[in-house]
Parts: sequence; structure tokens; C-alpha cells
Amino acid sequence: MIGYTVSRLLQTIPILILVSLIAFGIIYLIPGDAATVIGGPSATAEDLARIRANLGLDQPLLAQIGHFYVNLLQGDLGRSLMLGIPVTDAVIARSPITISIALYSLVLTIVLGLSTGIVAALNHNRWIDQAATVFALIGVSLPNFWLALVMIVLFSVHLGWLPTGGYVPFTTDPIGWLRTATLPALSLAMLQAGLLTRITRSTMLEVLRQDYIRTARAKGVPEWVVITRHALANTLMPVVTVLGLILSVLLSGSIVIETIFNVPGIGSLLGNAISNRDYPMIQGGLLFVTAALLLLNLVVDILYTWLDPRIRVGGSA
Amino acid sequence: MADTLVMERAARPARLARMGAGLRRIGKSRAFVIGAVLFAFICLAATIGPLFTSVSPNALAIRSRFQPPSMEFWLGTDNLGRSVLSRVLWGARLSLGIGFAVVLINAAFGVLLGALAGYYRKLDNILMRVADALMAFPAVLLAIGIASALGPSAVTAIVALSVVYVPRTARVVRASVLVVRELDYVHAARACGATDRRIVMKHILPNCMAPLIVQLSFVFAYAILSEAVLSFLGLGAPPTVPSWGVLISEGRAYMREAAWLTIVPGAAIAITVLGLNLLGDGLRDVLDPRMKVEQG
Repeated sequence: MIGYTVSRLLQTIPILILVSLIAFGIIYLIPGDAATVIGGPSATAEDLARIRANLGLDQPLLAQIGHFYVNLLQGDLGRSLMLGIPVTDAVIARSPITISIALYSLVLTIVLGLSTGIVAALNHNRWIDQAATVFALIGVSLPNFWLALVMIVLFSVHLGWLPTGGYVPFTTDPIGWLRTATLPALSLAMLQAGLLTRITRSTMLEVLRQDYIRTARAKGVPEWVVITRHALANTLMPVVTVLGLILSVLLSGSIVIETIFNVPGIGSLLGNAISNRDYPMIQGGLLFVTAALLLLNLVVDILYTWLDPRIRVGGSA
Repeated sequence: MADTLVMERAARPARLARMGAGLRRIGKSRAFVIGAVLFAFICLAATIGPLFTSVSPNALAIRSRFQPPSMEFWLGTDNLGRSVLSRVLWGARLSLGIGFAVVLINAAFGVLLGALAGYYRKLDNILMRVADALMAFPAVLLAIGIASALGPSAVTAIVALSVVYVPRTARVVRASVLVVRELDYVHAARACGATDRRIVMKHILPNCMAPLIVQLSFVFAYAILSEAVLSFLGLGAPPTVPSWGVLISEGRAYMREAAWLTIVPGAAIAITVLGLNLLGDGLRDVLDPRMKVEQG
């Protein structure tokens, strides 16, 4: 177990180094002189010099990379051109908002996806199964930002149930938070719920065909106990595996969803950075989110070995 | 070498018979048939649709602004009186065109890099670590980062989405190559003195096509969805060219009074992606049962 944890940790380091290098390299994709593009047509020679100095573009490439990594090791992702504050501070200040919506969305995904998948598997080849399959397929095919707009028209404009946007922190007013966070979380959750429904359904069908389920039934164990105690635990394993993937897509989607709902999280921070050509913020935000996801995946992997004794035993043998 | 040629010629009729049987099986897959019909409908609308709409997508008619769908304007008009039907049909060309370009680039580079990584183990480590790093980024987020640097255009969208999806395709190809390269007939071809290039091109890659085709159908679907996100954020095709994402973005401002401006292009995206997902599911069930997610 410890050996596995250490080896997974060591595998993550080179990927983190490459990921940061890719994020660093984004500024070199700007066609022509980056400072001119960032400064815009009205920038004076002094403005351009200041932008170059700020981004370190006036130094040789190797020195830039060296500086980048020295700063990175100290948690310094550069300074935002738009806000004039360190990128790390801006991202950390906004992250509770994005995390709260992502977690809410994750809960909705798991509840919707698991329940639909399990109900579909238990009613294999009946109309409920067909309906769940269609729901899952439509869920994975809808653009989530479009779904968000349609839900605003339906639930906010026509029915007036929920606000069209804005954000109230959970700590200030939990009901207000629920009212503002529900539509963003739901529009993020639909796509993932579709994916999870498909995985849960197929895993559950597979598990229900296993010998130990037949044995349990033959022993006379009531069907609901067979489902909840015997089948469910093994059905949950793939859910843990796709947790990282689900969170990755949730965070990707949050850029557009937060912009649509005026939620002041990391997503809208990046959205604003894109329209203002604030490259340090784009690079820093991208790197921050990706590094967080990599670490999260690491935790999920370790958790997985802890949850599934078969892997643990197989790993140490 | 002559021996392998003889073997290949002898195998040809058998391969054709297998293809025929495969096509019959694909025809029986309900998912594939529905997906193919939906996707063909969208492709047909994109290719010949604009020929039948007499109205140009950019023709202004201020007097007929915000007309809801009617017999005269089937899908209504926008804030400048432009026909939504015409704009969605022209938008289909751009959105599908970008998706198709991403698929072609994925097919070319995904196969090349996947085959190199799978066949030459020394290259494998380097190529796959780079792929791991690129795949560690949330897909759309990386595309947004790249597109924001390159500046908004259709080519930018194609490049950004290719960078995001090629590593994923290469991984699929590599996995197949790793399996096929250890099969007996590949060892036999090597023993006959076939060159690496011939072994890869003639013996390994043709047997890695099934997972690749399935993967490409999903890449097409993801590319359509991601392109819409890029265009919505102003990072895809410029607003003068009506791609589906641009249309949704334009319609957003008038959502209260003219919801059809947003609903129609979104529905077009949903139908296309649904078609491609069904197509991919159907192909996977028939071509590559090992990858099958759903049972029964």
C-alpha cells in the first residue's frame, strides 16, 4: 500500500513538470510579438517594455524557464495584468465558490447517474431501461452551456422559481446559496449524469450475472438485500474510477457556466482573463486547475486501492 | 517478401467476405442505424440545404426582426431580421467542417504517433509521457488556453481541438498496436524479412482500424461540442461567420423575447452529437465488442 502510494506519487512528478511546461509555453503560441498583442494598438513603447518586463519576455528563454520554475516552487504563478494582483491569490480567493458548485454538481451527478443506472439495470430490457438509456444518451449529447440558457428561460424567466444568475456564499445564507447554485450545478451535472448512468447500468448488469449473486438469491436472501448489500458495493467501484474524469469535465464546463450565471468563481475569472488577454492569469489558472486535478486523481487512485482489497492484495503480492 | 505477398492475396477474398458480414451486422444495430440517419440528415442539410434557402445568412431585413417561427420564416428571424434557418444551415457547414478537419488530423497524427509508440518501445516512453501531460489538462480548458493565445479563427479551433484529442486517439491506436504486434502472423511476417514499415502498414494497422473508427466517431462528437464552447467564448470562428456556437452566443442577449435564436442552433448541435454518439455506440458494439460499455 505504501509502496503503491509512493510509486504513484513519483509517477505524478514528471507529468506535473511537463504540464507546467505546456502551460508556460502557451504564451509562445501568440503569433508575432506577445507584448504588442497584449498591450493592444494604443500601447506606447514604455507600456510594451513594462509588459515584457512583467512577463519576463525581455530575458533569454532558458532564464525565463528557470525563473518560472523557481517562482512556481514558491507558489508564485505570476501577476495578473488585468487585476494587478498575484494569480495565486486571485485563484485561491475564487476557488471556494467553484469548489462549492463543483461539489454540489458532483452530488447531483452521482444521485442522478447512480439511481437512473441502477433502476435501468434492475429493469433490464423493459421500458424503464429504454427510457433511462435515452435519458443518458441525450444527457451526453447536450451542450451544457446551451442547457444552462434553456433552463434560465424555463425556470427563471417563465416560471420565476430561481434567479437568473449571481451567487450567495453558503456561509452567509444556505438557502440563498441553494437558489443561486442549483441551475449552474444542474447544467454541469446533466452531461456527467448521462455518462455515469451508462457506466452504472453496464456494471450493475455485469455484477448481477455473477455467481455470488446467484448464491445469495439461492440462499433465500431478500432481493433488496441482494441489491443493496451484495451488488451495490461492487457497482460503486467504477464510480470511484471515473470520479477524476467527472471532476475534470465539471471544472472545464465551469468557465462557460460561471460566465453565463455571473458566478464569481475560477471559471468566470478565466473567462474574463480570456476577453482581456490576461495571459499570466490564463496560464496560472490552467496550471492551478490541472495540478489540482492531478493530485485529486492521485488521491482517488490511492482511495481505490484502499476500497478494493483485490487491487491491494494483487499489488503487494 | 514474396511469401507475404502470396499470403496477402489469398487473404483478400476472405477479408471481403468478413467485411460483408460486418456490414450486415452493423445494419442490424439499432443504435447505428438511428445514429447514421440523424448524422446523414445533418450532413445533407449542411451540404445541399443552403442551396435551397433563397435568403443569404447575412441578408438584413430590419422590418422583419424577431419574427417567431412561421410558414414564411420556418425557424424565425433574429435581431437584424436574418433568417435563422439559413444561418443554422450555413453554420452547419462551418461546425461540421471544423469537426471533420479535427477528425482527419486525429486520424493522421493519432495513427502515426500511436503506431510509433506501440511499435518502437524506446519512443513509447517519451511519446506517452507527453500524451499523459496533455491529457492531464481538462480537454476544453486546454483548447481554450491554446485558442486564447492563437487568436480567434476557425483554424485556431481546429488546431486547439486537434492538440487536445490527438493524444487520446494515439493512446487508442497504441493500445491496439501493442496487442497486434505480438500476434503470430506478425512474427511470421518479420521472419519472412518484411521491413518494419511494411509490417506496420500492411499487417498491424489494418487490424487496429476498429477501435480507431469508433474513437474517431466520438472525437467528431466531442469536437462539435467543444467548438461550440470555443465559439461561444469568442475563441472560434469570428462572429461574421455563423457557426452554431456563435449563433447561441448571439441569441443569448435576446433569450427572453426570442428564445428560438438560442434553442435552434443548440438543438442542431444536440442532434448532431446524439447521432454521432449513437453511430459510435453501434460501431463499437459490432466492430470492437471488448470496448463495449453497455451489456445486453
